Amino acid sequence: MEFETVIGLEVHAQLKTNSKIFCTCTTEFGRPPNSNTCPVCLGMPGVLPVLNKKVVEYAIKMSVATNCAINYRNQFARKNYFYPDLPKGYQISQFELPIAEHGYVDIEVDGKISRIGLTRIHMEEDAGKLIHDSHEPRSYVDLNRTGTPLIEIVSEPDIRSPREAAAYLRKLHAILRYLDICDGNMQEGSFRCDANISLRPAGRDEFGTRTELKNMNSFKNVQRALEYEVRRQRDILLDGGEIIQQTLLWDADRNRTNPMRSKEEAHDYRYFPDPDLIPVVIDDAWLDQVKQSLPELPEQKRARFIDEFGLPAYDAEIITSSRDLAEYFETAEKIFPQPKKISNWMMTELMREMKGEDGINISDCPVSPENLANLLIMIDKGAISGKIGKTVFSEMMESGKDPQTIVKEKNLVQMSDESDLLKIIREILADNPAQVTQFKEGKTKVMGFFIGRLMKKTKGKANPKLANQLFAQELK
Amino acid sequence: MKFNQYTIHELQDKLAAREISAVELTEAVFARIAEVDDQVNAYITLNKDEALVQAAAADKLLEQKKGGPLCGIPLAIKDVMCTRGLRTTAGSKILESFIPPYDATVIEKLREAGAVICGKVSMDEFAMGSSNENCAYGVPHNPWNLDYICGGSSGGSAAAVAADECIASLGSDTGGSIRQPGSHCSVVGLKPTYGRVSRFGLLAYASSLDQIGPLTKDVRDCALLLKVISGYDRQDSTSVAQPVPDYLSALEPGLDGLKIGIPREYFAEGLDPEVNEAILTGIAELRGAGAETVEVSLPHTDYGVAAYYIIAPAEAGSNLSRYDGVRFGYRDKEADSLLEMYEKTRSQGFGDEVKRRIMIGTYALSSGYYDAYYKKASQVRTLIVEDYQKVFSQCDILVSPVSPMPAWRLGEKTDDPLSMYLADALTIPANLAGIPALSVPCGFSSAGMPIGLQIQAGHFNEEKLLKAAFNLESALEVKGQKPKL
Ligand SMILES: [Zn+2]
Repeated sequence: MEFETVIGLEVHAQLKTNSKIFCTCTTEFGRPPNSNTCPVCLGMPGVLPVLNKKVVEYAIKMSVATNCAINYRNQFARKNYFYPDLPKGYQISQFELPIAEHGYVDIEVDGKISRIGLTRIHMEEDAGKLIHDSHEPRSYVDLNRTGTPLIEIVSEPDIRSPREAAAYLRKLHAILRYLDICDGNMQEGSFRCDANISLRPAGRDEFGTRTELKNMNSFKNVQRALEYEVRRQRDILLDGGEIIQQTLLWDADRNRTNPMRSKEEAHDYRYFPDPDLIPVVIDDAWLDQVKQSLPELPEQKRARFIDEFGLPAYDAEIITSSRDLAEYFETAEKIFPQPKKISNWMMTELMREMKGEDGINISDCPVSPENLANLLIMIDKGAISGKIGKTVFSEMMESGKDPQTIVKEKNLVQMSDESDLLKIIREILADNPAQVTQFKEGKTKVMGFFIGRLMKKTKGKANPKLANQLFAQELK
Repeated sequence: MKFNQYTIHELQDKLAAREISAVELTEAVFARIAEVDDQVNAYITLNKDEALVQAAAADKLLEQKKGGPLCGIPLAIKDVMCTRGLRTTAGSKILESFIPPYDATVIEKLREAGAVICGKVSMDEFAMGSSNENCAYGVPHNPWNLDYICGGSSGGSAAAVAADECIASLGSDTGGSIRQPGSHCSVVGLKPTYGRVSRFGLLAYASSLDQIGPLTKDVRDCALLLKVISGYDRQDSTSVAQPVPDYLSALEPGLDGLKIGIPREYFAEGLDPEVNEAILTGIAELRGAGAETVEVSLPHTDYGVAAYYIIAPAEAGSNLSRYDGVRFGYRDKEADSLLEMYEKTRSQGFGDEVKRRIMIGTYALSSGYYDAYYKKASQVRTLIVEDYQKVFSQCDILVSPVSPMPAWRLGEKTDDPLSMYLADALTIPANLAGIPALSVPCGFSSAGMPIGLQIQAGHFNEEKLLKAAFNLESALEVKGQKPKL
């Protein structure tokens, strides 16, 4: 039997505001436990939340960038449950009236474009973290993260494959990064994703029973977990079994999902409007102001790169997949206006070196776009060969030094002096009479042998174009 | 008269003229507490050492003629407002050791105005109750008759003022918790418009209903104290940026042109005849001062109690979730698991009435019941708001009883929570609508128990309340009568 996969994703993105959503504590990462706290985010008796307007502004940005309808009047609600990482015993979130609804993003997989609907975007506060003692039955609570602003982006069940899910996530990630409202770090949890997945016989309209997947902390893990779950559900259905509606945790080490203990998921959150916060009112003036502050988004930038720089669609797609990459490209292009050469280098040397679990993290790259451009200029002018260029690039990756310094320090400047080269060439020809004879008999392939000798003697620095010329001249 | 028996405005003059010092005054208050509080039991925590330091500081300012409006005035604070460094229990065992590291905004304002904080006074646990019998630290007794309740939940605040164990006090009112004990103890009590006074630092019972207000010996003190504590606070998003008028200038004799509505539903069956008679006398006096009266109707009044006992517990259940034993307050140390720790901490830390309301609230918000309870109650609330809107187009203020009966005997209703809930029927609607309402002493029953008259007005019309109350107070000979202790 043919099955169709139905996936919906819930993405939590931490907003990179300086302060928390309902108090003035810093959101800085990596501080000692419980140092970024105050009576408000500790949920002390009698304190009250005060909304950070920046959070609303960031949420509006994401809502506009994903084609959502803004709710001009939206409201915070309390989601009630007990857990030690939740100091108030409720999370301030949005329920009946989220900030935005009915949006979409377009994704492309294997050349096919699909439109994924967004049900809603809402604002909420993050919880703290529990640290479990591995030796004693004891847990510690760190409330630094409590009250960090989040937006939750809920998709419609429009995603039809694990690859589409990954593409959708990459798309949201890119938009968030372009808007500069989330640092997008999946390992540190500033970009998190839960998935709902079910199968149904191809052609049927009703959904099958779904499971919820959690604990997938990289793009790759999301895809792998969903692929695993598709197989698991298909096997059960083909056996005539029934899918149990449950929450499953992805175990990346064992490559499988495990059910969460049912006690942990039996929640009735008793949502109701938070009486401590007045409704959020957004007017046209505010909305227009935020709209005008929006940067160029991935799709617009991609079109411009094709148009303005003449990049092939494939290159433009990759280079604009992150705002940092695109900025890197544009900075280099200003110094060395040969776009295709830059994209070639970026897509080969640079990305090979910088590829991590979640794609390219160019902001950590030791080679600045200025230095890459300078390297390409040196190659272009013949100061060094393309081959030496790659050696210099590796050295730049390692030391972070600029190409001029490396070339000078390692004495890698190309030998382009005719008389110096001629002297060595004549020595080579004199030392290898047999090969000279072969060449003169028409075996022109021997030229490779001569060039090899020359490069060995010059440690690769001989200008190959000039060397070819001189050999030909001497062998006449 | 002893120093502690005066009002704030009388003492302002005496302190300014250096007839007495703030330290002497504070000592007089603590002498009175030592004399009667083992009978009245108004205080949960005394702050004597600190209060005397504050009084000495106030004296210095008074010498330099730099004192604020409350400079050197000893006040009692309902134990539900956070006081930095001074234990704040909300009348609950679960907070028996809680010392707030911050002041409520109203406390900050009192300190700025130079007030001396004598201590924290008794209340029903987390402000849930109408008799102050739900308190983990003993029950306060009515100074007018120690066998009677002093009302609740701000019972300690009202009793301390009535017994001259402070000059004035602050209480909080969620469904009548300032006005009803004010009425039962013959003191003036005002619940301001919702948003008039900052709730920051007030331990929340029902956030959309709670409001802090003054309990005082007369209307002038009420106006004075209201002016000090009012105003927008950026730490409370529900406070309103409305200018604070000079409430004292409202206290003018004569009510010409004032139209008083007499709401039919507030004089329904079950109203104690002596209360009815006292209120009618009060109304006659108001007419005598120049006011006109008109009979009006607030048809949804009867549904107020039902709506309140859904909305308030729903909010309370959520507000009280933070008392979980994890970070502060009481924790059961015997528990073996997290769930057991929560269960034991909360079942041992909370009293019966609090648990009852948490259960009601949890039920009302449960999935499948939300629409039938919480949502329906919110709709009733809107109807009550609309009732008031209509009525305030016909009249300026509403006059009625505060409580359908005078204070009852201690223990009389403790086994019948429903009849206690119904006793709040006349005070609850003002909280649901967020309008200001005041209780002013209006007479005594034949048993010698006080009877208060309630005045309600539209949003931010506190001046109208104060003016009418001031005229009534001037016409009646109730003010200045002291209980015999
Ligand atoms: Zn904080």
